[in-house]
Amino acid sequence: MPGECRTPPLQLGHRLWRMTAGRAGGWGILAQLLLLLVVVWLGYEITSNAQANLKAQRIAAGLGFLNNTAGFGVSQSLIAYDESDTYLRVFAVGLLNTLLVSFIGCVLATIIGFMVGLGRLSPNWLVARLAGGYVELIRNLPLLFQILFWYLAVLGTLPGARGSISVFGVAFLNNRGVVVPRPVPLDGFAPFVVAIGLALAVTVAMKILARRRLYQTGKPLRVWPWALGLLVGLPAASAVLGGAPFSFEQPELRGFNFVGGTRLVPELIALVLALSTYTAAFIAEIVRAGIQAVPKGQIEAASALGLRRGAALRLIVVPQSLRVILPPLTNQYLNLTKNSSLAVAIGYPDLVSVFAGTTLSQTGQAIEIIAITMGVYLLISLATSAGMNLYNYYLFRNRSA
Amino acid sequence: MKIRIAGTFALAFLVTMPSAFAQTLKAVKDRGSLSCGVSQGLPGFSSPDDKGVWTGLDVDVCRAIAAAVLDDPMKVKFVPLSAKDRFTALQSGELDVLSRNTTWTLSRDTSLGLNFTGVSYYDGQGFLVRRSLKVNSARDLGGASICVQTGTTNEQNVADYFKANNLKYEVIAFSTADETLKTYEAGRCDVFTSDVSQLYAQRLKLAAPNDHIVLPDVISKEPLGPVVRHGDDQWFDIVKWTLYAMINAEELGVTKANVDSMLKSPAPEIKRLLGVEGNLGEQLGLTKDWVVRIIRHVGNYGESFERNVGSGSPLAIDRGLNRLWNKGGIQYGPPIR
Repeated sequence: MPGECRTPPLQLGHRLWRMTAGRAGGWGILAQLLLLLVVVWLGYEITSNAQANLKAQRIAAGLGFLNNTAGFGVSQSLIAYDESDTYLRVFAVGLLNTLLVSFIGCVLATIIGFMVGLGRLSPNWLVARLAGGYVELIRNLPLLFQILFWYLAVLGTLPGARGSISVFGVAFLNNRGVVVPRPVPLDGFAPFVVAIGLALAVTVAMKILARRRLYQTGKPLRVWPWALGLLVGLPAASAVLGGAPFSFEQPELRGFNFVGGTRLVPELIALVLALSTYTAAFIAEIVRAGIQAVPKGQIEAASALGLRRGAALRLIVVPQSLRVILPPLTNQYLNLTKNSSLAVAIGYPDLVSVFAGTTLSQTGQAIEIIAITMGVYLLISLATSAGMNLYNYYLFRNRSA
Repeated sequence: MKIRIAGTFALAFLVTMPSAFAQTLKAVKDRGSLSCGVSQGLPGFSSPDDKGVWTGLDVDVCRAIAAAVLDDPMKVKFVPLSAKDRFTALQSGELDVLSRNTTWTLSRDTSLGLNFTGVSYYDGQGFLVRRSLKVNSARDLGGASICVQTGTTNEQNVADYFKANNLKYEVIAFSTADETLKTYEAGRCDVFTSDVSQLYAQRLKLAAPNDHIVLPDVISKEPLGPVVRHGDDQWFDIVKWTLYAMINAEELGVTKANVDSMLKSPAPEIKRLLGVEGNLGEQLGLTKDWVVRIIRHVGNYGESFERNVGSGSPLAIDRGLNRLWNKGGIQYGPPIR
């Protein structure tokens, strides 16, 4: 920037006057005050009315119910839970289940969405039409219907536990979900983890060095064969020297169900599939729009500079299209998180199902529970969007708008 | 309580409902209809027939209240509700009475702000399983996957039962009865659990009802009855005594067919019941002939039972505990005097 600009004085008082009074002057301030009064009065009416109503029905208000025993079971929990735990624990179980579905859903939706979005732009006629068909079919069907489709029509038709589809005798597929062997840590587990950490750290360092060299000398440096060697070699060496890091617990059919191993319940699978494929259809369109928003001249300039097609995409097109892609992509992540509350239709124990559902009907604390649940979704959404905004900021901090 | 104005800025039902607790009777009369919460379709208890008219034992309770208050059993607006949503609907003032096979428990009677008015059906929780599993007792269900409807006592009972018997289980909870049943039928669950009466009713909805059996074990007490909100004692009395009037009428032999000739009966108990003598109905805030209206339009408890769930219905449930106290059951109407 040539020369220094003089920053004008702040004029706080003047700005405040403009903000509150507007063009109407003193009357404007009066109107603002009246509006404020109306809002405060409404807030007061709503709270005192709710309190009076609760009192008339002798329903206790407050959060004391969270310490009571829940007394019901939950089919999937990331933390230890049994029937004698409190409603607070139920809340944590539900919240974690919601976060789990949202996280896996967002990652999968992004991957599928980028693939389909790029596919729509592919010069290959068949790929482009297939991707187009996917988008039009998936985004135009109601999500609840798709969740039920995956749950009842796809996973529901799998055989029962006793007739499970065996995948090489290791994993089993049935209408109770997917059962896989569970890794059990052994003595060699600690050195194994250290080895992986070390390999990752060295890879990142090499990457940074390579980039610095590229900028200084203009010569690209190949990092990936070294990184691959490290990432595979170091853990392998640790396993050979320090003993096996873990063994696998094989699932076994006993009684009604498989015992042992780890099981992904069909509710989770159906929900993740439905949410990610549905949201991916929207993300695909966003990606396509973002890429098409990059002027053609940029690609031509890139090839004029001698960049290959892949490098041109990676270095020129994608970074510029991210500017267009990121804000609507955030919307899709938020939508997916909120849509995960449809879990209740297929009995997946998410926050809405176990907390705003079972807990609410058992305790009757409607106002508290709905307020907490709304607050939690608001927090998750604000956190997601704050994270995306931060990413956006770092991507474009060096560029003027 | 004063009626406050904030309705349009609704945050939740409870927050904004215009309070009319103390005058449910007046509200029903002014409106000209009774708002009654029922199930989303449970044959025998509350389900719409092929003409869209609601029928069932639970429905009859509401029709009897409408008959007593408005002299017209058809002046009822039925609100189908899932187990999960039923209490909120009643608390919020959307319903005048909830008659939806609801189990009477202490916590519901107190902390939910509800009053149970009596027991219209003595039930217990059981298990429905596939015949092909060759299971004979609930004790053999260790490790099973169980489908249950959320927001019910069933959900808690099953947890208690399996814990007490040290059995492992997996519970999958759905918000509506239909979803629960559909998932059980799809094979996701080995067991469908609910109140025994519901198991018989829901079994009729399965593609091949005879491939499924109800296990003999009954693991809980489920006294089902109509529910009202706290805060209106007069309305509580009306709903309570409507049910007892039906039970007393059966005991005294007053039926839909003979109610008019019974008006001439010399028996003092029948005279009091039918309002020929005394002003018991007026003490409730109704008319003298309130019971005549109930019996003429709906019939007594036994008639309603047989018509809806008993021998006169596809369910053909034995009356069992629901026989009158003097016929080997525990249905007992306090004296009307």
